[in-house]
Amino acid sequence: MKLTLRIWRQHHRTAKGEMVDYHLDDVSEHMSFLEMLDVLNEKLLAEGKDAIAFDHDCREGICGACSLVINGKPHGGFPNTTTCQVHMRHFNDGDVVTVEPWRANAFPVLKDLVVDRTAFDRVMHSGGFVSVNTGGTPDANAIPIAKNEADIAMDAAACIGCGACVAACKNASAMLFVSAKIGQFRHLPQGKVEQLDRAKRLVAQMDAEGFGACTNTYDCEGACPKSISATFIAEMNRDFLKGNLCEP
Amino acid sequence: MRWLTNLATSSIGAKVLMALTGVVLVAFVVGHMIGNLQVFAGREVLNHYAELLQSNRGVLWAIRLFLLGSFATHVFMSSRLTLQNQAARPVPYVNQVPIKSTFTSRNMWVTGFVVLAFLTFHLLHFTVRVTHPEYQQLVEHVGPETRPDVYTMVVMGFREPVVAITYVVAMLLLGLHLSHAISSAFQTMGLNTSKYRPITEKVGPVTAVIVVIGNVTMPLAILAGKVPLPPGAF
Repeated sequence: MKLTLRIWRQHHRTAKGEMVDYHLDDVSEHMSFLEMLDVLNEKLLAEGKDAIAFDHDCREGICGACSLVINGKPHGGFPNTTTCQVHMRHFNDGDVVTVEPWRANAFPVLKDLVVDRTAFDRVMHSGGFVSVNTGGTPDANAIPIAKNEADIAMDAAACIGCGACVAACKNASAMLFVSAKIGQFRHLPQGKVEQLDRAKRLVAQMDAEGFGACTNTYDCEGACPKSISATFIAEMNRDFLKGNLCEP
Repeated sequence: MRWLTNLATSSIGAKVLMALTGVVLVAFVVGHMIGNLQVFAGREVLNHYAELLQSNRGVLWAIRLFLLGSFATHVFMSSRLTLQNQAARPVPYVNQVPIKSTFTSRNMWVTGFVVLAFLTFHLLHFTVRVTHPEYQQLVEHVGPETRPDVYTMVVMGFREPVVAITYVVAMLLLGLHLSHAISSAFQTMGLNTSKYRPITEKVGPVTAVIVVIGNVTMPLAILAGKVPLPPGAF
């Protein structure tokens, strides 16, 4: 198929970017979206032009490295699908496809479609872990955990930290990501110890990074390639309030 | 006291203040509607109700100041959050397609601003009565006493088509605002769970529909001439 790709080009962090049109003539429907971009980059390099920078790593939908807002939706807006798992059979001959980076103040563009997502790392450093002192290896299954609680924790832990929630939100809010990172621990006995303190720390860092606030539009939930539920945000709000109001 | 500044300056704290003041304002809107629907019970009932509300100036002003404080907090926090939210995406998308959001959920500050403008007009119209100073003269004689004739004022007010239509349009926008706001309050205050979400998601739209129907029937019924003016009124 023939495609017109309208792609965001930006030379460096402070440069002014713009959308540039590229034409590809024989795109196979069996290609993944990233393979299609690989083909475009080979063509650009053969012409002596600068290749388009984009993030990718596992190309299996589990690492959270790939990004891209495709035709106005993060990861293209296909259910439970990251960009690397989007295949060209979803597109038609003659389509104009727009490709943009995640856009958020907290995710500055480094080059073209690559954004700096270390704001998420700093949120995690602020308390997104369970503090465990070293010692003897505990017995497996020594602490019983109810099946339904373990399931909820696993649902939250499915978050791959790609940032699609931030990209989709009209406020560039990171609340779905932060609430998933809180949610994966708060349902487990090991994580409950620091539950309220963790919520306070992560929310404080989230605010400091310049993410917006939640207006409950739930575009994040719709964009999440791992179907993280927005009810985790309600749990985070509850923990944050309880931590501030009820703790000594 | 660091917990208090933490709360007040945080994004979630600001949202919770909006939710709490929103609950106060929704309670007022519903109470106001139920009270005003007494216009359909006739002049005697509505004027007695109005007299009752005005009977204790201390309580009346305490409630008014509480509502004003709630409203001011709601507007201040929403302005602060809206500015922060806009600053969080300095470079807009060339192409952005909504996924789960609705026109209403994306434009709360627009509907909120229209409601603010309408509320100002409404207070000047029926409470301070500066738009129609002649309303001040309307009284009902009850034995040797007189009391403000709220019934006649309302009926006369809504017999003006422009005024009635303005109220109807404002109520539709208030309905849009409430349909998202009330469901959001549960989420923001942390009262939403996957078990109750199917209910909390519907509470907003259902309440909004009730408020809109209740409030819109008054101007529409009066405009259609279904609510009579008392004999002798001008």
